[in-house]
Amino acid sequence: MNDTTAIRHIGQPLRRREDLKLLAGKGRYVDDVRLPDMLHMAVLRSPHAHANIRSVDLSAAKVAPGVRLVLSGKALEGKMGPIVPNWIIPGSKVPFRPVVATDRVRFVGECVALVVAETLAQAYDAIGLIDVEYEVLPAMTDEDIAIRDGAPQLHDNVPGNITTIYKVRGGDYQKAAREADHVIGLRVINNRLIPTCMETRAIVASPEPDGTLTVYIGSQVPHMHRRWIAETVGIPEHQLRVIAPDIGGGFGAKMHLYPEDLLCPYLARELGAPVKWWESRSESHQSTSHGRAHTENIEVAFSSDGKILGLKVDTLGNVGAYLSNMASGGPTVNTVNFGTGTYKIDNYEAISRVVVTNTVPVDAYRGYGRPEGAYIAERAIDAVARHLKLDQVEVRRKNFVQPTEFPYRPYGSMGVMYDSGNYQGLLDKALAAFDYDGRRRECDALRRDGIYRGIGVAAYTHMCGMAPSRRLAMSGFDRGGWESARVSIDSSGRATIYSGSMSQGQGHITSLSQIAADVLQIPMDNIDIVQGDTRQVQAGHGTFNSRSMAVGGSSVHVSSQRIVAKAKKIAAGMLEVDEKDVSYSAGAFSVPGTDIAPVTFSKVARMAYVGHKLPDGVGPGLDETVFYDPTGMGSPSGVHLAYVEVDPATGIVDILDYVAVDDVGTLINPLLAAGQIHGGVVQGIAQALYEEVSYDPDDGQLLTGSLLDYAVPRAEHVPNIRSLFQETPSPTNPIGVKGIGESGSIAAPPCMVHAVLDALSPFGIAHLDMPLTPPRVWAAVQEARTGASQ
Amino acid sequence: MIPAAFDYVRASSLAQAIDLLRDDPDGTKLLAGGHTLLPALKLRLASPALLIDIGGIAELKGIEISEAGIRIGALTTHAELFASEPLNKELPVFRQAASLIADPQVRNRGTIGGSLANADPAADWPAVVVALKAEIEIAGAHGFRRVAARDFFVDIFSTALAPDEILASIRIPRPKPGMRFIYRKIRHPASGFAVVGIAVGVRLHGGVVAEICIGVTGAANHAFADQHAADFLTGKMLSRDNIDQAAKLLGETTECLSDRYASAEYRANLIRVEIRRALLALSS
Repeated sequence: MNDTTAIRHIGQPLRRREDLKLLAGKGRYVDDVRLPDMLHMAVLRSPHAHANIRSVDLSAAKVAPGVRLVLSGKALEGKMGPIVPNWIIPGSKVPFRPVVATDRVRFVGECVALVVAETLAQAYDAIGLIDVEYEVLPAMTDEDIAIRDGAPQLHDNVPGNITTIYKVRGGDYQKAAREADHVIGLRVINNRLIPTCMETRAIVASPEPDGTLTVYIGSQVPHMHRRWIAETVGIPEHQLRVIAPDIGGGFGAKMHLYPEDLLCPYLARELGAPVKWWESRSESHQSTSHGRAHTENIEVAFSSDGKILGLKVDTLGNVGAYLSNMASGGPTVNTVNFGTGTYKIDNYEAISRVVVTNTVPVDAYRGYGRPEGAYIAERAIDAVARHLKLDQVEVRRKNFVQPTEFPYRPYGSMGVMYDSGNYQGLLDKALAAFDYDGRRRECDALRRDGIYRGIGVAAYTHMCGMAPSRRLAMSGFDRGGWESARVSIDSSGRATIYSGSMSQGQGHITSLSQIAADVLQIPMDNIDIVQGDTRQVQAGHGTFNSRSMAVGGSSVHVSSQRIVAKAKKIAAGMLEVDEKDVSYSAGAFSVPGTDIAPVTFSKVARMAYVGHKLPDGVGPGLDETVFYDPTGMGSPSGVHLAYVEVDPATGIVDILDYVAVDDVGTLINPLLAAGQIHGGVVQGIAQALYEEVSYDPDDGQLLTGSLLDYAVPRAEHVPNIRSLFQETPSPTNPIGVKGIGESGSIAAPPCMVHAVLDALSPFGIAHLDMPLTPPRVWAAVQEARTGASQ
Repeated sequence: MIPAAFDYVRASSLAQAIDLLRDDPDGTKLLAGGHTLLPALKLRLASPALLIDIGGIAELKGIEISEAGIRIGALTTHAELFASEPLNKELPVFRQAASLIADPQVRNRGTIGGSLANADPAADWPAVVVALKAEIEIAGAHGFRRVAARDFFVDIFSTALAPDEILASIRIPRPKPGMRFIYRKIRHPASGFAVVGIAVGVRLHGGVVAEICIGVTGAANHAFADQHAADFLTGKMLSRDNIDQAAKLLGETTECLSDRYASAEYRANLIRVEIRRALLALSS
């Protein structure tokens, strides 16, 4: 129906409905939860990367002022836990992970004991009174060292420190390599990152008079947290209410199960009082999951004209001391499945080994595995172009999957299918916006004056919204791929939508309203969105893997459609016409071609609730719930270009321009979409130029323990980002969206590295590992100059 | 996190603050802007028994410019140094250096006296006051004494201040006509502190260097005044060759720090690059 009066919000760059509250400082975060008689927990953490615990003396802490309870790991043995992963790749060896360490610690920051006191200051004071005797053991922090013969063994059931071996194969790489004109190898490090949220983790657990327990937690996955806490602490799930209030960023780090998530509920029940824990920034660095931390050995076989014939990948994924929530899936399914990127590479062979080390557990961080996978494909194709002295753009164009080949299964994969795309279109649009040819000439001209500018290119694709549910079962992921939405219309015709998705800054209140308003044909002001309360929201999986518009949004879309379908039946009765003659637009049911007066949506809603005059077979109420399980996954894609200038005297990289052209399917809100690209690109630039977790390789001490050492970029560190879109709707969901949250952090790291390498090409520098800090870039230039003069 | 318990006194005069400080110099900390001290307290890296808040002491405030010289009270914030028109008319290097310190929030609270007394080896003001040939005025039980800025910084986080003394003001001679200052800094991407910072004051007379003073921070254990490059350049033209030679001298004579972020070689290189760029800017 092409009704010009129809309400259309999808595609409108509307400002965020939630911002007024947040910008005025009226957001409500977990730390704002202050309950009567609330107690405070503080955690004593291991100062050693690897040690046996000889003894824990709690006596002084127990008698300290205000202290209500002091516990070491021993006291909790058998009472709760262990912490088990939610995603276990078949065949994985899962280390035993107690909630609080009992006889051995395996990373700096692991929980050793805890104090509950009347004030937070008293809790911290008492923590200082706990005396732990350690027997320090040899530690290793590097994945390459952990798998060597003679390396310290972290867990008895994980021989060689490898929990998981995962293989992918398509075509015949060995044959391709034999027949290729060239085969080159490269080893790239995907640097370990700290997923820095403005709001650190926090939790309050409060026993209710009716015997239930309410848990306030900054969770991306409130319903999953309810299940995990229930199962690990031993509380019936229906007696547990998880409330996720406003969240100051998640990026994957707030979708895992941490010891404190379990301790607060346990202690609140033990003590019969609310217990709060709040994570300091330095605790966050050593207890909240890290991201990335891979070493990739890559071999690429290609012909002299730049056509890639085969790719071989050997990945080592460092997952820290234990298998965190999704840890066995990240370096495996999420990384090497996507190792061929946007390129048609029929012969592919990959092995991924998941390695434990004496470091903070590593888990999902914005893109989880897909940034690492794209980095493999992109660094490989850039190396091919450099090796053959071919234009980096033309080599990509030559190898791209063609628009006619979708849906496309790379290397004949059963697990990976790219639903749609047009990479050539993305590339052309990006080149035009960037003025690639002009900039290339500019680079060449400036180099004669000793000014080193470079252009970086990166293309990516991946899959969003892990689904359908049965597919997750095959990979050992103990959750579904669906999302739920309940659309509840009140008797005045206004909607409250209960969504299982969970915004942590994405703007769901706005975007989900846009989706619903278009179907319900009512103003957005008449729509409220409820998320983050397991007692209000029927069920859900939450927000991760760029799934919330594709899966959560589709769920809202379909349940809104059911509302309209039922309302139309009621309206037909009220209009005394056949349902098929009724048309609905802009909040009014009408009978086109007649002079019958239309009936408004609000009148229909009133009728639904008074039930005075409902057609046969139509019950009262206007309230629909849908558990939407997609048939497949959407594949966003993009081409990003960066323009940089490198000062060889200082190694400083100046980003002059950044163009992102992304295909995320249908754009629900271009303003929010650009915001997602901006944020992701900033985190990608951060990985490429600034951020890196450092451990002392000898004793396993965390060297980037604070924001004085760990460089999260500020406004001065990032350029103006130009975000453009190409819309190729996904055929896998009714809205045509593909997911967007992770795009920027996937594309930006290789794009930035390529730009810097291009700028440094006159020096013959072919490889640098991230982050490309000034000292590192300068050292490479020095080395190249020394080498050239010898 | 939460600091350990401490007593707190808000001093109303310098004399009262010194009296309190003398009772237990080692167990007492002075609170000015608090931007180094408060994080240290929260991390329990420092657990003083007593905190003397000197923020209300009028004698430690203000910028005065007279014929005799310039006096900057220790409590003057970075933002005030940035904003002061009379001061920057005289010495625009204050605005330039202040704009390179941390971020606006820190600049609104942090003080020049706190920065100098803390003597972080990568702080900015130490290089600037050295290049300005400033004196540090120190208050103690027996009155005031002055120490040349170039002698004030002794070691990492260590100065000529005795435990029972308070940094009162910075005394700067009025610059001679034609004297120009510049501060250049390579910021650490996380902390914003100087990986290397160089402050240079130059007065040219008839095309040759009549007076030059170079303050360096970030590179070594503490900020210092360079003598080698300054001596070399005095009486010479600021030609490209002479600048290169001076830069080489400064790089060679500095014992550079090495840390996880930057090697000693890199810092030595930055010294050469930054002094060269500073002198080139001053030569035009």
